[in-house]
Formats: sequence, structure tokens, C-alpha cells
Amino acid sequence: MEAKGHAFKYGDNVDTDVIIPARYLAIQDREELAMHCMEDIDDTFVKRVSKGDLIIAGKNFGCGSSREHAPIVIKEKGVSCVIAETFARIFYRNAINIGLPIIECKEASENIEEGDEVFVNFDTGVIKNLTKNEEYKGQPFPEFMQKIIKSEGLINYINS
Amino acid sequence: MKKPMTMTQKILADHAHLKYVEAGQLIEADLDLVLGNDITTPVAIREIGKVEKEGVFDKDKIALVMDHFIPNKDIKSAENCKCVREFAMKHDISHYYDVGQMGIEHALLPEKGLTVAGDVIIGADSHTCTYGALGAFSTGVGSTDMACGMATGKAWFKVPSAIKFNITGKPSKWISGKDVILHIIGKIGVDGALYRSMEFAGEGIKELSMDDRFTIANMAIEAGGKNGIFPVDEKAESYMKEHSKRAYKIYEADSDAVYDEEYTIDLSTLRPTVAFPHLPENTKTIDEIGEKIKVDQAVIGSCTNGRLEDLRTAAGILKGKKVAKNLRCIIIPATQDIYLKAMDEGLLKIFIEAGAIVSTPTCGPCLGGYMGILAKGERCISTTNRNFVGRMGDVESEVYLSSPAVAAASAITGYICAPED
Repeated sequence: MEAKGHAFKYGDNVDTDVIIPARYLAIQDREELAMHCMEDIDDTFVKRVSKGDLIIAGKNFGCGSSREHAPIVIKEKGVSCVIAETFARIFYRNAINIGLPIIECKEASENIEEGDEVFVNFDTGVIKNLTKNEEYKGQPFPEFMQKIIKSEGLINYINS
Repeated sequence: MKKPMTMTQKILADHAHLKYVEAGQLIEADLDLVLGNDITTPVAIREIGKVEKEGVFDKDKIALVMDHFIPNKDIKSAENCKCVREFAMKHDISHYYDVGQMGIEHALLPEKGLTVAGDVIIGADSHTCTYGALGAFSTGVGSTDMACGMATGKAWFKVPSAIKFNITGKPSKWISGKDVILHIIGKIGVDGALYRSMEFAGEGIKELSMDDRFTIANMAIEAGGKNGIFPVDEKAESYMKEHSKRAYKIYEADSDAVYDEEYTIDLSTLRPTVAFPHLPENTKTIDEIGEKIKVDQAVIGSCTNGRLEDLRTAAGILKGKKVAKNLRCIIIPATQDIYLKAMDEGLLKIFIEAGAIVSTPTCGPCLGGYMGILAKGERCISTTNRNFVGRMGDVESEVYLSSPAVAAASAITGYICAPED
């Protein structure tokens, strides 16, 4: 499994309220919900993001509310991977459960800048910054997690 | 040789049918209760629909509480509640709470006796950690975990390591559970307990009421914690005996259990504490504030601070006083039972005469849903649990977190002040 795209960079403690504000939580249609992805931290995100792009952040990404709507909208916008120094635990579980790849890597979190072109190999955990010609070592993705991601989430994985 | 375990680890080991677990171990545990609300359950229902063998593991071990956007604030939230209501009827869910019976979930479930010591509970709401006050392992999850939990009665966990908080001393008059937990979050940060248990211990716990403990355990998530948990003492046992018919089981941490870190919190040294925008870790004691911070709204309620004791404290301060000119004071009893008791005790009259409003139980303003949204540039002193950017309204509004005493006092003066002012 691989990911490749341009980086959108954010800081520490990006909470699920700014990823998807509660005023939109009653929306069930995923496409409509995703129109508001990252709205309260970066209202240009949905206009700029392309399929395959990555989100790079600092510590404790996805803290706060347990709303699964947060990883859902990120995935719906075509983001191929979120790389952070650390993730809040509920977001971490939710991301895996819905099939959004995430990697914890301090080095990548610190060195990748907005707009850099990034390549991730989930089998080896190697993250390449193609713009800066740098390489960072993240944790390889365990096989069962790759299977969950490939099945597009835990429920499909259980059924398969 | 017997290996030592924390309180959390012992509960998890038992529910995974193992003699011993250690931090980092992946386990599958039996669930005593699976919880969802009107925001997270519709997403879970869509997921459970994909499980081939449709159905729920135990209709008596699922609690569905409509509390975030009800009475429905718009058509979409009405559709969501309708979807959950139909699911609850179809599967004959015993603990389904709608308008008239509902309360804010984390105040309601202990009151209804659905959560007791020794339980393993997951809830599709981050503040599910509240039930640790009773000596249960309870933690927030997402909708997919909730769906799998409803279908199978099991969930996988990575066994957490723990931080120990030794509580000592006796608090002064205006110090509540909220001040204790804001102090702790200010000390360790919003990711200070990331992935870990926050285990409370020590002589000082007996000075904390059950409402104080619910408030403290409730905000473990604001320090990144997987759960917060209290030892079970006489106060906790009498609470459970009063509210629940279920048998409970008391677990105690081994005396030689291993903790990543230990802190001592001396209650006698604490001062009323306020978390400034936009993180719960941005705390200052009331004495450190200095400048006059004018507020436009005061909210007293939520799963953190909408219990009877919170309302009594607020009423004690608001009695015979008026809320400041141009300030909106919104008071939200967390459950119907709390509402009734507050009425019987005359608290509601005090609030209304002071110029505050009293709402039906709802999460409403806490998460910027409705019932007290802030305009650009407005400030709110609030007894809720999060002050993130845009949490209660416009991205340029501000939320200051405090105890009910500080919020009530500030509602009178119009700026953030100490209860004794």
C-alpha cells in the first residue's frame, strides 16, 4: 500500500470541532458533510485539496469529541494519509475503523512543509519528501490494519 | 509470582477472561454497556446494517440517549432521532431515552443505575469516561466501535499504562471537582495522559462528593486520557445502592502496581481555576487573571457540571441577586430528575428571579449545537468541558471554562470573578 500527494500542514492539538464543526453534525450525506472539512481551522482546505493529498500535523491530532464524522470527512475529501507526531486515541481508533491511513512520525511531522510532495510506503513505514529529497522512518502498518484499510473499514473487514 | 496490576488493568483482565494483562497488550473484552447518542448512533446504525448477521447482542446492555440536538433543533436532527427511535423499537432496546425521559447521557446513566463499579463500558461519546467515578472502566469510542459493540458485545483494547494522582488535603469552600480537574489538565496538558489511564487515589478523595468525582472523571479525555478511575469507597457504594439494583464488583489497584508517573494534588492549596481560550490546558487561578474579562453569556450545565450540587452552588450565589445587564445566563439541569429536585428545592425560582433562563436537559450550547450560540467576538464563561476554536459558535467567539461557582458569580458582575466577589 502506498500514498502520494501534496502536504497540508497544521499545528498541535487540531481538534475534531475544527475538523468538522458540530453545527454540521446533523448532516448524514457524506459528500455534503465533507464540504465543511477543516472549515474552522482552514476555510480554503476543501477548495484546494486534491485526491491523494496528505495532512501533516503536530501532537494530539483529532483531540476532543469522539465524532467519527471527523475521519470520515477527511477520507471523503480524498486525503490519502494523515501524518502526525501523535494522535488522540479515539481519533486513532476511528481512523483505522473507517479505513483512513494514519501514521505517527515526529520527524515527518516536523520537517514536511505545506505544499511538499510526499510519498508513503505503508509496508515499510518509509515516508519520502520528494520536494526536499528527505526520508523519514515511520512505523510500518501491521498487516491486519492494512487489510482493514483495504476493506474500506472494520465492518467490511469483519464480514470478509 | 503474581504480577501487579493497576485498577484499570484488573477490570480489563477479568473482562478478557485473563489472569493477568500488561500495558500494551491487545485484548478483546466483554462489554457491560454500549452507549450512543443522537449524533453518533445514526452513523453506527448505518454501519451495523452492514453486519451480515443483523441484530444486537443484548437489548438490555445498550443505552441510546437522545441528548445533543433535542428537542430537535432542525429537520436533519429530527431525522437522526427518528432513525434511532425506529432502531430502538425494532430491536426492543430497554434503555432508550427520548424527550420526557432523557437527560444528558453521562448524568443520566449513573442516575438510572446502568453503570456500576467493575463494569467495562464503551460509549460513542468522548465523555463516556465519566463512569470511572464509580470505579468502572469506561471509555469513549467512535460509531464503528459502537456498531461492533452492539452487534457482538465485545471490543478490542490496547491495555493502557497509568498515571497516578494522589489526592490529599481538604478543599476550601469554593473548590469543586471542576477546579481539581482544570488544575490537573493545566499541569499535565491536553495530551498529558494520552492513551493512558488516570487513576485517582489517596485520603483526599473522601473530601470529594460523587458529583465532584463525576466531573473529574468526565474531563479525563481533556487530558487525552483513555479513562479516569476512582477507588470505590463508602460514598460510591451508597450512591450505587441508592440508584442501582445491579451487583457491582470492587477492584483495587495492587499496592505495587506500576505507574508511568505520579502526581500529588493537595486540595487545600487549590484556588478557583479558569481555562482560557482555546484549550482546556490554558488555566489560570482566579487570582492570576488580573485584567477584567467582560463576558456576554454564562452557561451552567452539561455532562460536566449540570448535576444537583452544581445547581445548588449556583443558586447559593445567585439568590437575591440579578445577572448583569446585557448578559445572558443559561442554566441547564442535566436530567429530568435533577430538574424536579431543583424545582422542589426552589432553585429554579432563584434562577428565574435572578434573570437567568432554565432549559430542558440538552447538550445544546456546549458543542455549539443550539440554545446559546455565540456571535463573533462574544465571550462566555461556561461550566462545560471544551473551549476549542468555534466550540460554542463563531470562530472568533471565546469560551472560558470554570466551576459553577465562578460562572454564577461572573454572571452577576458581568466579568470573570471569584465566588467570594
